[in-house]
Amino acid sequence: MQGFLADAREFVPILLQGVQLTILITVGSLVVSTLLGLVWAMMRVSGVGLLSGISATFINVIRGIPIIVQLFYIYFVLPDFGVSFTAVQAGIIGLGVAYSAYQAENFRAAIEAIDKGQIEAAQTIGMGWWLTMRRVVLPQAFRAALPPYGNVMIMMLKDSSQASTITVAELALQGKLIASATFKNTSVFTLVALMYLVLSLPLILAVRHFEKRTGRP
Amino acid sequence: MIELDDVRKSYGAVPVLKGITASVARGEVVCVIGPSGSGKSTLLRCVNGLESYDGGAIRVNGRRVDRADRSIRAVRVQVSMVFQRFNLFPHRTALENVIEGPIFVKGETRAEAEARGRDLLARVGLAGREEARPPQLSGGQQQRVAIARALAMRPDAILFDEPTSALDPELVGEVLGVMRALAEDGMTMLVVTHEIGFAREVADRVLFLDGGVIVEQGPARRVLTEPEHPRTRDFLRRVLNPL
Repeated sequence: MQGFLADAREFVPILLQGVQLTILITVGSLVVSTLLGLVWAMMRVSGVGLLSGISATFINVIRGIPIIVQLFYIYFVLPDFGVSFTAVQAGIIGLGVAYSAYQAENFRAAIEAIDKGQIEAAQTIGMGWWLTMRRVVLPQAFRAALPPYGNVMIMMLKDSSQASTITVAELALQGKLIASATFKNTSVFTLVALMYLVLSLPLILAVRHFEKRTGRP
Repeated sequence: MIELDDVRKSYGAVPVLKGITASVARGEVVCVIGPSGSGKSTLLRCVNGLESYDGGAIRVNGRRVDRADRSIRAVRVQVSMVFQRFNLFPHRTALENVIEGPIFVKGETRAEAEARGRDLLARVGLAGREEARPPQLSGGQQQRVAIARALAMRPDAILFDEPTSALDPELVGEVLGVMRALAEDGMTMLVVTHEIGFAREVADRVLFLDGGVIVEQGPARRVLTEPEHPRTRDFLRRVLNPL
């Protein structure tokens, strides 16, 4: 125990640098995936065959390729075509795009769960498609989407560690570097695990809060 | 104001409307009665383009109703609708439900819309409940909010699709009372209903629909008290004396 505390004092400051990158990647890809996911979901429910077809195809392609391969593609392959990103940018874009597929499915499920009578009521007061979405469907779908959204946030936090494969020195990679330099595997990876847990705790509480709130009539 | 000319509609191979010709004049109250599955609600929903029809023509103020055309939005503002299940926006207060259309569809200022919204809620007996959300209101109160929401669009006519069928019996009266007051103020109304008493008291004319055709139509009292057609007689007997 004594040894662990001494190790903690030594390693935590270095690991916290990794935490910063972990948070940056998580928040960045959360924003990207949310916006993209909304676009796919809207295309999917637009009622326009071409748009929903494009969206469905894209979602299936994204879902069918491992995140790690998508990251490699963006970081190592795109430069061959003259498009290059820093490791952090590639991580945010890769995770954001990969997760946009899951976000889109969550959003679509929430939108389709809205009572058809709501849409008819909106049409009856003369609203067009976009106004119906903005004023009637999305505000209600938003609440229904919150609990799954919280779960996606937790998964993204943990999956941000995949950015380590393209050299982003986030929490997991920092841990691995320290561990291989000091051989203090137990201390280091226990600290890393605790830090992920501490980071996800507020998210877990948020999900529970959302679920309670949407459970209310 | 509303004209239906040989309107036909099928769901796949099943015909629901087999040539409906009828009209509603400005200021007139017309009730549509008939057994379930007779096409009453479908007919109503075709009038403001919630459903499409396959043949014939529906005109509102002389303009053809075509749900695929942009003009349908203007038609829907002219002909508002009240639903069986109210369909209030649950995430908005009573007042917000009423002012939603005036502000976002008609572009009225919030102050102007709110003042009128409060007046309308008072008119349907809901002064003081402006800030209530739909789940906090009884079915009868929700339906009266829905009527205020329809009125807020300043429609030329209102369609009512079985407005009291989802209500507890003791709440039916308050909604019918509001509708009667509307009729007396000269609102044009097309009402699908099972409330024969309301039709007899308030309607100018009654259409009896069965199997997708108008079996009988005429002045409300005449059709409801001395029906000519045996199917009308049979239907009224069953509705008025269920035992």
